[in-house]
Amino acid sequence: MQYNWDWGILIEAPYLGWIFSGLYWTIVVSIAAWIIAFTIGSIVGVARTSSNGVVRGVATVYVEMFRNIPLLVQMFLWYFILPEVVPEAFGAWLKRGMPLPEMWTAVFCLGTYTGARVAEQVRSGINSISMGQRHAALAVGLRPNQVYQHVLLPVAYRIIIPPLTSDFLGIFKNSSLGLTIGLLELTAQTRQVSEYTFQSFEAFAAATALYVSITFIVMKIMAVVERRTAIPGLISLEDK
Amino acid sequence: MRLATSSEINKAPTTMENIMKTKLISMVVACATAVLSASSVSAQDTGSFVLDRIKERGVINVGHRESSIPFSYIGPDGSPIGYSLDLCMEIIDQIKETVEVSDLEVNYVPVTGQTRIPLMANGTIDLECGSTTNNLTRSQQVDYLAVTFITGTKLAVRADAGINEIEDMAGMTIAVAQGTTNERAVNRVSEEASLGLRVMSVKDMSQGWLALETGRADAFATDSVLLFGLRSKAKSPNDFEVVGRFLSYDPYGIMVPRNDSTFRLIGNTVLANLMRSGEAQEIYNKWFAPGPTNINMPLSDTLSTAFEIQALPE
Repeated sequence: MQYNWDWGILIEAPYLGWIFSGLYWTIVVSIAAWIIAFTIGSIVGVARTSSNGVVRGVATVYVEMFRNIPLLVQMFLWYFILPEVVPEAFGAWLKRGMPLPEMWTAVFCLGTYTGARVAEQVRSGINSISMGQRHAALAVGLRPNQVYQHVLLPVAYRIIIPPLTSDFLGIFKNSSLGLTIGLLELTAQTRQVSEYTFQSFEAFAAATALYVSITFIVMKIMAVVERRTAIPGLISLEDK
Repeated sequence: MRLATSSEINKAPTTMENIMKTKLISMVVACATAVLSASSVSAQDTGSFVLDRIKERGVINVGHRESSIPFSYIGPDGSPIGYSLDLCMEIIDQIKETVEVSDLEVNYVPVTGQTRIPLMANGTIDLECGSTTNNLTRSQQVDYLAVTFITGTKLAVRADAGINEIEDMAGMTIAVAQGTTNERAVNRVSEEASLGLRVMSVKDMSQGWLALETGRADAFATDSVLLFGLRSKAKSPNDFEVVGRFLSYDPYGIMVPRNDSTFRLIGNTVLANLMRSGEAQEIYNKWFAPGPTNINMPLSDTLSTAFEIQALPE
């Protein structure tokens, strides 16, 4: 390989600053998107198990639409197509008026996409609880929303912590697609460093290490959450 | 620990190329390249590692762009065509003769502004025929053949925007493609003149043009020749103008792997012959005057002089 290695560029100004600013935006975008995803996912997931056919139908359409269109295409649709199909004044605001258009578009896109995935986890969590519990709760006089609030969801959320962890990790990795709409997150800044210095291998090695560190920390946090929230005897979690 | 060691050892192929014949060093190099899963440095038959690997594989890997009109882009039938590719074809014919492989296969590898240098440095492509500016920083990783085109950064704006120079754009939004020399030129001018431009980075040229067309950006900055190419393919070309002075000097060259003067000489010999015989001018006219996309840029005096200067004698 004809390549001049120079690991020093990683700690040189301004490149170190670029990488850290990229890391900052990756984390901000991912966490903001996760809040949206968790909210949407919880609502849609519950709606998917509703006894009302219309509610169920709408929720199903949402999940299928957002889950089945490639994320890259969704990014593009939100960023370039949406402002052209909405009323002109609103489109102009989307393009120019709103602060940080790339960032908010990316957050919204990642949030709605991951929300569809979270919804499926929530639905399968709820469905994994035996019908007997639902019936028993109704029999003791709880209203349907109380059944969800006090009986189904507390258990369902605990069951789905491991798959939710995967989706949470996924959002950090998927945030790199934000670069296609000009969001200068970690991958974009890494490319920038590699384009200014042509030390691509060093720059991407640094990005790899940072992504691995983020996901490692997230995994550890989620493991703690799982342990802390475990209710002994309710569902078999750790101590098998 | 391992990375630090291999980085030191791996300086060997570049700095010690000529004294590598001793067994010890070639063993060290073999170890280093094995660690990094690279595949250069084999027996030196032709005195050129690039020619060696082309001969060995029976394939030459040619990097090309997808929307650098009219240098290197995907033609109507789906295969890459353009000015740079025509020049490359002449070079490939010469390579065919040199390695004596009559049925040499030409494998096209699409590259982007971000991937072209790493793919050349790691040996994936043997020749890059696109619209790459030859600059000194890049020359630390790759080599270039003779200059085949001269351009510079300009701005494309809406015709009714009233922008004539970048200085008219204080506080406005300007789109630039990530990883281009244009990005640097715009950032430099913006800082020097404290224009407070909002620099919007886009993935590639077609997205930059889209940002301008949809009004997301007030201007798109890239090499002026590419702007004329994009404009010629726009829905309504008259709505857009290419304005301003050159914000950078961008001489294009065909890119070849670094540290292989034998291979580079083959390329430069072919180009010098073309420039001397006038065939280079003919190929230029085929693509630019007016060219298949009606770009209509007759050979400039600067480029004509560059051709004359680079037409080295046999």
